[in-house]
Amino acid sequence: MPSHPLASITSEGTPEIVTPTPAGSVGVVTPKKLRFDQPLRLDCGSVLEPYELIFETYGELNSERSNAILICHALSGDHHAAGYHSSADRKPGWWDNGIGPGKPIDTRRFFVVCPNNLGGCAGSTGPKTLDPNTGKPYGPSFPIITVRDWVESQARLADALGIPCWAAVIGGSLGGMQALQWAVDYPERIAHAIVIAAASKLSTQNIAFNQVARQAIRSDPDFCDGHYAERGVIPSRGLMLARMLGHITYLSDDVLHAKFGRELHNGRLNFGFDVEFQIESYLRHQGRSFVERFDANTYLLFTKTLDYFDPASRFGDRLSQAFAASKAKFLVISFSSDWRFPPARSEELVRALLEVNKDVSYAKIDSQEGHDSFLLPIPHYHQVLSSYLKRAARDLERT
Amino acid sequence: MSLRLDQALIAEWIKPRSRVLDLGCGDGALLAYLSAERGVSGYGLEIDEQNLLKCISAGVNVIQSDLDAGLADFESDSFDYVIMTQTLQAVRYPHRLLQDMLRVGREGIVTFPNMGHLSCRLQLVFKGRMPLTKALPHQWFDTPNIHLCSVADFERTCRALRIDMLQRATVDHTHRSGFGMRLFPQLLGEIALYRLQGGRPAAQGEPLSAFRPSSG
Repeated sequence: MPSHPLASITSEGTPEIVTPTPAGSVGVVTPKKLRFDQPLRLDCGSVLEPYELIFETYGELNSERSNAILICHALSGDHHAAGYHSSADRKPGWWDNGIGPGKPIDTRRFFVVCPNNLGGCAGSTGPKTLDPNTGKPYGPSFPIITVRDWVESQARLADALGIPCWAAVIGGSLGGMQALQWAVDYPERIAHAIVIAAASKLSTQNIAFNQVARQAIRSDPDFCDGHYAERGVIPSRGLMLARMLGHITYLSDDVLHAKFGRELHNGRLNFGFDVEFQIESYLRHQGRSFVERFDANTYLLFTKTLDYFDPASRFGDRLSQAFAASKAKFLVISFSSDWRFPPARSEELVRALLEVNKDVSYAKIDSQEGHDSFLLPIPHYHQVLSSYLKRAARDLERT
Repeated sequence: MSLRLDQALIAEWIKPRSRVLDLGCGDGALLAYLSAERGVSGYGLEIDEQNLLKCISAGVNVIQSDLDAGLADFESDSFDYVIMTQTLQAVRYPHRLLQDMLRVGREGIVTFPNMGHLSCRLQLVFKGRMPLTKALPHQWFDTPNIHLCSVADFERTCRALRIDMLQRATVDHTHRSGFGMRLFPQLLGEIALYRLQGGRPAAQGEPLSAFRPSSG
């Protein structure tokens, strides 16, 4: 890895002894951290300085430095996209079914980079980080981050890794929005944008859901106006509620019905308010396990990032103009049962790209699993990704 | 991927470096050929998943969409050519799609199997059965072709819709277009090819009968 004058690399922990991992897995991976000393001026006017990004990489960068793929994570994701952190790890990274040798994002062909976004809670600078000016955690004073800010920080990461142009920037949901913003902000540094289950801006309904999620967190007595870390508490009830609400919207009515129906937790009605239906138990479990791994301030921040995303706003509200200068080719994917980011929103995007004559392909995948489909190994979805990236890899070899 | 004869013929009709929309583009062979040989930029519309994958593998821009939903996503006059090869007979409202394609494209190119071909007529007359030919290989119960027509039907519809027929060709399954076929296209042409322009603007919700050509 080349050194960069503005960044210094440290390894997080020591690599474990590599034991056999499942076929198609990238195996045991060790996250890396980069420190950036050059100030980052944010959309909101604040300046971050210095800041750190934690990231993972899979595969090898080729000598032309042309085979790098950036994976952008969604609301609750992080840098651990594939593989295991130790041989004792039970669960692999969040997109392990999509990234690895022989998988759609094939690490035998591509060098894959996945950072944790700024404002996150998995190791990059965020609300849990100590503010160098106060010596206390940033907490609620961490500045609001936009997708543009993320793209800027990712571009600096690309500089530090010696990547002049991404072969592809890929993301689902909020990750797809980053891929779009890359095409807008760096029209010549991205060869392909793969935008999955995303939209060019949130719908009113989506903003409304985010508002309820934020209110759930902020009205928890343990939220302490965001200073909960200093008081040694966690607004776990609020964060849990926010996650439960989100989870319902990420799944379709059909899949909830198929998975849980009206099945009772203990086999009979109790005529009380405790968990009775299986779906209640499931949601509570999801909420609880989320609280263990996620930070409430980050959740607040990232939902704002979602709300603010609207690349057309800087182009007279003409979405097509936002992409006019881009040299990228686009692959847009939607899922039939996704009602949080429905196919119609992806089709809007395709229409805008057609208007300005961009290379674009669009697949609407039949699925029952709602918005969450983008994380699942749905065969046709993975075939579309594979075919597209194989073609992209062939084009790379030709040039 | 190789071109079918009707595709090879219409490829000759398309000016280099033009912008093309291919409705029901199949495996993308025509668009791949036009892009490589004539510098054409284009998009295909396709509903079938396997064809979609073939297009993507061939590096052809393909948009998964249902032609029966119309072309409302496309601006008027946004393409030089809108092409439909052997797809017209498989859509729900062929006459509406014809009008829509001529709204979106400055010219339209259409090919379809000619139901009025001699062998079709003979099979119906002497066997009393639905015709099976090289161009129409499906049994009646599992055919995607729900709106078959003859050269005469098609031309009458074009006249009723005030569509100008700029060019016509017919070919047989041996990929020839001989003297007899030029003389009796209705009888000897297995596949008919047309270059079209104009057409009455499509109105929302217009009843089907409004498009029914007058007799004669």
